[in-house]
Formats: sequence, structure tokens, C-alpha cells
Amino acid sequence: MALTLDYSFLAPEVVRTNIVPGLVYSLELTLVAMAVGVVIGTLVALMRLSSIKAFQRFATVYVDALRSIPLLMVILWFYLLIPPGFYAAIAGQFGLDHRAEFSAVITFSIFEAAYYSEIMRAGIQSVSRGQVNAGYAVGMTYAQCMKLIVLPQAFRNMLPVLLTQTIVLFQDTSLVYAIGAYDFLKGFLTVGQIYNRPAEILLPAAAAYFILCFGLSMLVRRLQAKIQIIR
Amino acid sequence: MSDWIPALKASAQVMCKSTTDETVYSTCLADKGDLTYLQWLMHAWGWTLLVALVALVIALVVGLVIGVMRTLPNKGLALFGEAWTEFFRNIPIIVQLLIWYHVVPELIPSLKSVPEVVLACIGLGLFTSARIGQQVKAGINTLPKGQRYAGLAMGFTLGQTYRYVLLPVALRVVLPTLTSESMNIIKNSSVAYAIGITEMIYFATQAGEETSMHITMYFAVTVLYFISAFTINRLAALVEKSSRLPGAMGSAR
Repeated sequence: MALTLDYSFLAPEVVRTNIVPGLVYSLELTLVAMAVGVVIGTLVALMRLSSIKAFQRFATVYVDALRSIPLLMVILWFYLLIPPGFYAAIAGQFGLDHRAEFSAVITFSIFEAAYYSEIMRAGIQSVSRGQVNAGYAVGMTYAQCMKLIVLPQAFRNMLPVLLTQTIVLFQDTSLVYAIGAYDFLKGFLTVGQIYNRPAEILLPAAAAYFILCFGLSMLVRRLQAKIQIIR
Repeated sequence: MSDWIPALKASAQVMCKSTTDETVYSTCLADKGDLTYLQWLMHAWGWTLLVALVALVIALVVGLVIGVMRTLPNKGLALFGEAWTEFFRNIPIIVQLLIWYHVVPELIPSLKSVPEVVLACIGLGLFTSARIGQQVKAGINTLPKGQRYAGLAMGFTLGQTYRYVLLPVALRVVLPTLTSESMNIIKNSSVAYAIGITEMIYFATQAGEETSMHITMYFAVTVLYFISAFTINRLAALVEKSSRLPGAMGSAR
């Protein structure tokens, strides 16, 4: 079967009904995983840097374990282990019909937290020790020091890296392919199947991912330049 | 606690079972022409490591060239290096591999007879080359500009300056980051299952389906990924130690 590089089948209506819902899901997945991942990641980073041995050990195991197995394996594990009743409990029949989609949201939130926690750890360490000591000296508690002095600066210093990681995360969402969730890539593949163009459809899919990711990374670069001036 | 023992027994038994019939081999090694699940798993591990290793070699060679290109005074070559990096970095690996499998052989007919594992290695290698190129570029750029000028002022050609002055230091500065790239490439090789490479993810899903013992199969594969990652980590630490540049960046690690 030779390639026919005729994309007339990719009409706006086809894109709207098949591909846009996939894009919306991929973006939702990315944003939820980023939000939850940064929160859990920050907590894990604080645990890793805390003076309590048990916290340190838990954080180290959490991060190292998730970082040494492929995301695909993690996606498959979560999909296997979360019982259907869980999805029914959070979203009823809708949850059962969209098991793969819900499972991926949980997986990515927990998986990405391991990566965000390493970024936040570097961010926290980038704030000089003297500032924390100064905080203690004026009578702040540990929680106040972190919340009012360290974390805001850590977060700002690391913002470009966090966002770059989020672009990687957006690309990684395409791996939900393994459990059949309806994401951006699946949207393209579905159109390819309907119009019997399984190979041709990959090129617009690649172009779409490229434009989104390249555009976003340009924005991040601009932001990085701005932040550098502020500092 | 007592529930665990029969479960473990069943897991051990399924690994020693033939993949074609119901025979359970007591040695876990099947007769000629047959395979037990354990043997299949070992083959799958071999494919994972093979794809990762070949891809790593491609990525190192291409990444070195691209990284050097991006630091050259020639604007055209530098731009090509930038474009290469952005291109391979901004498209998800699974889309890239699907294109290597479905589209590229249609465009280059001589690739049609090539087995898919070769395409997987090239695809994964070029994907990783963009990241390695990034690090090589960063490594060269951390060197003081004076070193390049000094080399050129001594009458070295640009090639000689790179060969004898810049790269020997830059590459050793970059080495620690290559550890994480080697681990990444093992993890990313899992995506090759999407184009039918019978590596470990393929094994996990397929064998899990056939035996209905998903947890056993997933667990075995996960353990092997841990072992692979740990081994790479140790090996890389050895290489790093033996080629470390005293006093240079990264030697504090």
C-alpha cells in the first residue's frame, strides 16, 4: 500500500468530532497531573530533606522506584490494580465507561510527582540556608519558614524547569495508548482507521504535537529570560 | 499470610509452564522447539537490552555530531543542529516509532525488507540523540571561550581544536549526565512494543493475557527493569570514576 498524501479526508468536522475531544483529554490529563504532581512532589521533596529518617527513606524509595521503571509499566500496573468499583464510586457509570481515562489521571499524578519532587528539591536547596535560619531567628515555625520564605522562592526559581517537565509530561500522555484511553494520539489514530489511512494520519499527528510542544517550549524560554532578569 | 504460599507456588509454576501447551517443566527449561514463560521472559529481556544498547550507540554517535554542530561558527550547520534537536525533542517517542514503522519504509523502499527491530533502534537512537546533543553542546559551552581561541591562535585548525582541546574536557564533563540517558533509553525502549518488538512490555501484556496471571508477569518484568536500571547505574558509576577529570565540574559528585 503506497502512501497517498491526500489529506482531504481531514475535514474540520472530522477533526472536531474525533481529534478535539482527544486533545481536550490530553490537556486535562496534563494539567491535573501537573497540579497534583507538584503538590505531592513538593511534599515528597520536603520529606526527603527533612531530618526524620523514616520520611527520608520513604521519599527516597518513592522517587527511585518510580524513576527506574518505564512509565508504560506504571500505566499498566495502575490499570491492572485499581478495581472497577473505584471508578464506579467516583463517577458512576461514566467512570466505568472511562476506566482507562480515569486510571491514567491517577497514574500520571503519582508518577509525575516523583519527577517534580526532584525539581522541587533542587529548588528548595537553591534557597540559601541563612534565610531559613533568619526565619527561625524571628520566631517562625518550620511550616511558616517553608510556606512564607522557602517554597515561594523555590517555586519561582524552578518555574521554567517545572514547565519544561510539563511539556515532557504532555508528550508522555500519548503512552496511554497502552490502555486504550482516548487521548490526542488516539483521536488521530481513530480518524486514520475510519478513513483507512493508518499510516498517513501519523504525519499530521506528529506535526500537531510538534507545533504544540515547540510553541510551548518557546514560551517557557521567554519566561526563563524574564525570570533571569528579575533575579 | 498462609494465602501467600499457594499464590507464590502458582506464580512459580506458571513461569515454568510451556507457552504452547499445559506441560509444566520441573527445570523451567522446555524441550527443544518449545519455551517456558521464564525462557520467553529472558528472550524479552534480551530484546529490551539489545534495542536499548544499539539505540544508545546510535544516540551517542549522532548526539556527539549534533552537539558539536550546534557549537560551530558556521551558522548553517549550527542551525541544522538546532533544527534536528527541536524536531526529535518535540514529537512523542511513540509517534516517532509508529512513523518509523508505518511511514518511513513507504518513503524509502529499501527499508521495506528491514526487520522492525532495526527501525526501533534507529527511531529510539535518533530520539535520544537530540537529548545527548543537548548535553554535548552544554558541555562544550561550559568551557571558557579562551580555550577555543587559544587552540586556534596556536595554529590548530578548527577540527584539531575540537579534537585535542575542547572535546577531551567537554566529554568528560558531560559523562555523568549520560548515566541518566542510559537509564532513560532502557525505559524508553519499552515503547518499541507498539511496533511489535517482543520486548518486556510486550511479554507482560501478552503473557498476562494468555495465563490470566497478570500480576505475576508484571511483577517479573518490573523486577527485571529494576535490575537493569541498577546495573546500568553501577556500570556508569565505574566509567564515570575512571574517566573523571580532577578538579572539573561534576567531580564533586
